[in-house]
Amino acid sequence: MNIAARENFDKVVKLAIRSTGLIVIVLLGGIFFMLLYNAFAFFLKVSPMDFITGTQWTPSGKLASYGILPLLVSTTLVTIGAMVLAIPLGIGTAAFISEYAGKRLKNILKPAIEMLAAVPSVAIGFLGIVIVGPFLAHLIGQPNGLNALNGAILLSVMALPTIITVTEDALRGVPNSYKEASYGVGANKWQTLIKVTIPAAAPGILAAVMLGIGRTIGETMTVLMATGNAQAFPHGFLGSVRTITATIAIETGEVPYQTTHYFALFAIATVLFIMTLAVNIVGEYFVNRFRKYHSA
Amino acid sequence: MTNDLIKLSAQSVNLWFGSKHVLKNINIEFQQNKVTALIGPSGCGKSTLLRSFNRMHDLLPDVRIEGKLMLEQQDIYEKNTSVTQLRRRVGMVFQKANPFPKSIYENINYGLKINDVPKEERDGIVEKALRESYIWEEVKDELQKPATRLSGGQQQRLCIARTVALRPEVILMDEPCSALDPLSTLKIEELIIKLKKDYTIIIVTHNMQQAQRVADKTVFMYLGEVIEMGNTDDIFNNPKNELTGNYVKGRFG
Repeated sequence: MNIAARENFDKVVKLAIRSTGLIVIVLLGGIFFMLLYNAFAFFLKVSPMDFITGTQWTPSGKLASYGILPLLVSTTLVTIGAMVLAIPLGIGTAAFISEYAGKRLKNILKPAIEMLAAVPSVAIGFLGIVIVGPFLAHLIGQPNGLNALNGAILLSVMALPTIITVTEDALRGVPNSYKEASYGVGANKWQTLIKVTIPAAAPGILAAVMLGIGRTIGETMTVLMATGNAQAFPHGFLGSVRTITATIAIETGEVPYQTTHYFALFAIATVLFIMTLAVNIVGEYFVNRFRKYHSA
Repeated sequence: MTNDLIKLSAQSVNLWFGSKHVLKNINIEFQQNKVTALIGPSGCGKSTLLRSFNRMHDLLPDVRIEGKLMLEQQDIYEKNTSVTQLRRRVGMVFQKANPFPKSIYENINYGLKINDVPKEERDGIVEKALRESYIWEEVKDELQKPATRLSGGQQQRLCIARTVALRPEVILMDEPCSALDPLSTLKIEELIIKLKKDYTIIIVTHNMQQAQRVADKTVFMYLGEVIEMGNTDDIFNNPKNELTGNYVKGRFG
């Protein structure tokens, strides 16, 4: 190839690579615009106040009501439950891997955790229907165990790999000199972990939690299968719930095109999008802060 | 007080990192209330020897130690020896100042909490340690400020205060001034000389002038072996070994 041809080739490649990068931005913008556009159409028919404060989601029939509150409470309930289980378990596992586990155990645990992330959500949903649900039903003496707690347990399993991996990175990133200083004044391993290593890794751990929450809020298939999907206002962890994601998944297939109900689904999808976006932005912020703090 | 008391000693100590033989048949004694300097070219095992006296190598995998290291009559590596107790008796100041990412006060208070010092006594001990380390005047009004905001020299003096606060018997210093400017170095050297009356100090240094300024005794190491040890004056002015002579005159290293 002569020089001119080579330079032209270089330009073409550069353009191609740049456009692949742009596609991602266009996609994100496109999705957001589509959601907003349709949500706007919804708010022309239903007032935002009714949407936000309404306690009933009964989109079919003559007296349709589009209150997002039961869905929002359901999603929040399941997410909080999942985090209450996943955060201590995840941080504990990460601390074990980075500080206590031997080389061989580490080499087994880390791939195992990554494989846990690869289990399809449908398979975890099965787990909820076949094992966790009946177990809960037996425990609390109800006919079935398809409730918020079931969903929370399953989602905590799904959030664990993210929380463990990011937390472990954060713990490993704590400079050895901090640990040495702590051992140097006579601290033992546990004291060093709790009082020096974990506080020093706190921004990274916070990021891990945020990313875990992001994963949990958006999860659909598992909650759809395992939480019962009752339309009534949620009654706590032992009652059936219906999250935003499950509602969209269930109703989108049935809804007539461009009706109020149709637009309503876009409106709740927009709310979901904003929630996950906010959580991810906060998570990324802490990841970056952690990096800066340790490169300094 | 008997000044000739042997505080720390090593008898036929060999140490390996994996298959690398780092310390070779070390026999050495450190006297109480003396400053002993460990000198020698990079990689000769000075820091490794220093760190084996408070079992800092415990944290690394693949380390093997043979021989006996003694703190007075106690075998440092014996099964029943409590590492945390040992490290309280044998304090350490590291090469790079490593304050915790906490407040100045908390940096010293941490060791007190760990060692169950009663709460009422802590304020007094913190102040005393900071005074002894000649940093009190500079930080007394900002004890709650993050320690990482201090200058390098102040951080290192804070780290010394953190060690001193626990009243160890021995202080190990691993090139404590290598990252500091001359003025801060001078302050730390003065501090070392003052601390000598209460502590036994071992200091690893690359700085020949520093060894001569602060140390009563000097040990020259080369390729994992102790080549020569004796009074600092003798090592620098009348070395018995040719290698020592060449090193202290700056012909290699």
